[in-house]
Amino acid sequence: MSETSDILATAAAWRAAGEDVAIATVTQTWGSSPRPAGSQLAITRSGKMAGSVSGGCIEGAVADIGLEVLDSGTPRLMDFGITDERAWEVGLACGGKLKVFVERLA
Amino acid sequence: MTPDILEALTAARAAKRPVVLATILADGTQMLLPDSVRSEALNNAARQALERDESTTVTLEGADIFLHAYAPPIRLVIVGAVHIAQSLVPMAAHLGVSVIVVDPRRSFATAERFPNVTLMDDWPDDAMDKIAPDSRTAIITLTHDPKLDDPALDRALRSDAFYIGSLGSRKTHASRLARLRDLGHDDAALARIRGPVGLHIGAVTAPEIALSILGEFVAVRRNAEPKK
Repeated sequence: MSETSDILATAAAWRAAGEDVAIATVTQTWGSSPRPAGSQLAITRSGKMAGSVSGGCIEGAVADIGLEVLDSGTPRLMDFGITDERAWEVGLACGGKLKVFVERLA
Repeated sequence: MTPDILEALTAARAAKRPVVLATILADGTQMLLPDSVRSEALNNAARQALERDESTTVTLEGADIFLHAYAPPIRLVIVGAVHIAQSLVPMAAHLGVSVIVVDPRRSFATAERFPNVTLMDDWPDDAMDKIAPDSRTAIITLTHDPKLDDPALDRALRSDAFYIGSLGSRKTHASRLARLRDLGHDDAALARIRGPVGLHIGAVTAPEIALSILGEFVAVRRNAEPKK
């Protein structure tokens, strides 16, 4: 019962069709993060998106990092979370904290 | 992810072979597990992730390693290609479950009524012997017909199936249990059958009944014992 496998299949199909594809995967969560470890978001340079790594809070930021990873080819491990109540706009409204691994599908 | 890793991972999943994609988070190096050339500690951690069907980050020999568990999908065996099954099948498929519909009555189990699903027209006991239910299998009988439901439930009770549900009123269920007791199943075994099947949400229509059954199925699957 895991939808993540479908995201990988979608990403692989995009790659096979010649798209540049990055995959973001939740590797660890703390507190009330909405998606468990293993949840995935696939993005393409052309702007396609499938899946999710949060309830919509950080997908935009993750997609931007995905594009950087596509350019550099170097995977990145990102931290997201609230450390300060006033840090609303850069964190998760739910108060959770998570790590996301972003890689290029070569 | 390299094309080699993606290809091997895709092949394992297509063969329904449990596999873990391990990523060393510091540099992105990836490998598939279990693999005899890797350390015992790493393979054990991978097996544990698969058993729990839970992806996790572990720290081994000073390195943070993400273990992405790809367990094969849970199987749901539906006995009775009836109207409720027509609602149950697409909803279950949407949950990522691999669905098998069993019904020896050819006019019920047609590809037209059940597109994109595995159909078996064997008698339920023969079908069960072929399916060989394990601890990642759920079985639901929907026919109300003792000659179809009973052999399926008999086989289900002799298996490790994690969820066994049977549609029917309390009265139907009581007489069903009496028949299964005559087949040698004791009270502890019979208590495994969820009947009347499903959560109590006042379901009336076929899709509502399917929702009630799948609600209970998810609760059991996620270890949240449902309230009746």
